[in-house]
Amino acid sequence: MLNGSTFIRRELMIRIVRAFDSGSLETELDRIPIKLRPKNEASSRCCIYHDRAILKYRLMALLGISVEEETDETKPLSAYYAEKAWEASGMAAKPDTPLSVCGPACSGCPDARVVSTQNCRGCFARPCVYNCPKKAIDVVDGHSVIDQKLCIKCGKCIAACPYNAIVKTTVPCEEACPVGAIKKNEFGVAAIDFEKCIFCGKCFNACPFAAVMERSQLIDVLAAMKRGEKLVAMVAPAAEKQFPGKIEQLLSACAKAGFSDVMEVALGAEMTTAHETAEFIERMEKDPKTFMTTSCCPAWVNLVSKHLPDLVHHVSLTPSPMVYAREIVKAKDPDAKTVFIGPCVAKRSEARRKDVDYVLSFEELGAILAGRKIDVIACEPWPVPRPANPTARNYARSCGVTDAVLVEATNKIPGFKLDSKQINGIDRKTCTMVKLHASGKIPVNFLEVMACPGGCQNGPCSLVK
Amino acid sequence: MIKIEICCGTACYLLGAANMMNIEEELPAEWRSKVEVEAKTCLELCERENLGGAPYVRINDTEIMSQATPEKLLTRIGELIEGAQ
Repeated sequence: MLNGSTFIRRELMIRIVRAFDSGSLETELDRIPIKLRPKNEASSRCCIYHDRAILKYRLMALLGISVEEETDETKPLSAYYAEKAWEASGMAAKPDTPLSVCGPACSGCPDARVVSTQNCRGCFARPCVYNCPKKAIDVVDGHSVIDQKLCIKCGKCIAACPYNAIVKTTVPCEEACPVGAIKKNEFGVAAIDFEKCIFCGKCFNACPFAAVMERSQLIDVLAAMKRGEKLVAMVAPAAEKQFPGKIEQLLSACAKAGFSDVMEVALGAEMTTAHETAEFIERMEKDPKTFMTTSCCPAWVNLVSKHLPDLVHHVSLTPSPMVYAREIVKAKDPDAKTVFIGPCVAKRSEARRKDVDYVLSFEELGAILAGRKIDVIACEPWPVPRPANPTARNYARSCGVTDAVLVEATNKIPGFKLDSKQINGIDRKTCTMVKLHASGKIPVNFLEVMACPGGCQNGPCSLVK
Repeated sequence: MIKIEICCGTACYLLGAANMMNIEEELPAEWRSKVEVEAKTCLELCERENLGGAPYVRINDTEIMSQATPEKLLTRIGELIEGAQ
């Protein structure tokens, strides 16, 4: 859903594309923050100067630069741009960490607490006092008071109060992070521990101050196009319904925007299905009691490798649809550069490992189309050699991978049974569920895990959820 | 008949028009015969006016609504219908 932070992010992206195309980006970069927050007009934060400072950092992240690594505060954006010299180098800047936290944007939200508000009427029944398992609540001067040293934030008092007088304050990024990777640093602003971070993008969506930013490859792609490189757009199955019009029209729009060729990643998903099914059957023949889990969600793969080491050998060794799509592109033209286009933050980390040259989000693709005045609904459908299999196009939905493997396996072995479970969205609770599956307490032989509830179609960078 | 043209150019789409795609279904039943909604390709207002004003909606060929939302649009349609009565 659109809100103030998605609006400004997208507006900046479109402005960058327009300025790049008119050849004025280097000079325009330093002007954008001032143009967007001119004097005598309203500010979103305390004043226009704070707004401008943060817009500068937002533009830095859009240039692919880590905000945390800023050493010279006086350095203007134009200098960063000139330094990176995209147009000459031909080197893709591949951010090692796809997320960056902008300290000045972070509000430094107070630690999560359960507190009693003015709504408390100091009633006679006092259900809060009676329901508190830790005896942390007292009524002082006709008002309930919670002892923060005793409170375990269970929320029983919140549910019990008939006046809705007790509330829980939260730190949205910390609350959203399934692995405890984001915490306040010594300056009281959020910082990501990249040793722990699985790049699921949940903090990026959760922060109401939009302090978590994606490090973009937008300019890298624009510059490569300008150099005349052959860039192939590999469009993820989650693209369906993200833009108005059909997926074939979106492929045409990509070609019109300057990609030398376009393809559906769903064609790669067909290969993932075939290989993953064969791998599953083989594993089951070897050990009918074991289980296998899917490998297409990169945040899930990161979660296992960083936090669930006991599960590593249960993760399918089959490459993801993106990796197969890259193979298809390279087989056709070894010189072509590959650009994965999807709704995912974690794909940026997978792309780095698997030699995919660039990753664009649907937002960034949208900005290129908007900047170049390409309307998807006005495009003729792209003449695809053949449409991808419906089960492959369905990969972006929760249960999609399971269905594809089941159909494939039933074709090979009639009456094949899959004892499958789906983890539909990674959070702290589902992390515990996964451990129960791993220990055999909840038996399963095929475990599909998607970091985003509902699947990739609800990814952190999707346009429509 | 009230004519509503929603800009579905990619800029407006990204900046909020995606939320207005179902506006026809949100119209109260008694208004439906009085309102004509059309999704248009880029009306080029984001360049003539300013990008921050997106998404744009054009009402009865002349009136331009900037930063349009389904709520704002429904309110304006209501005013026009009441004014006509």
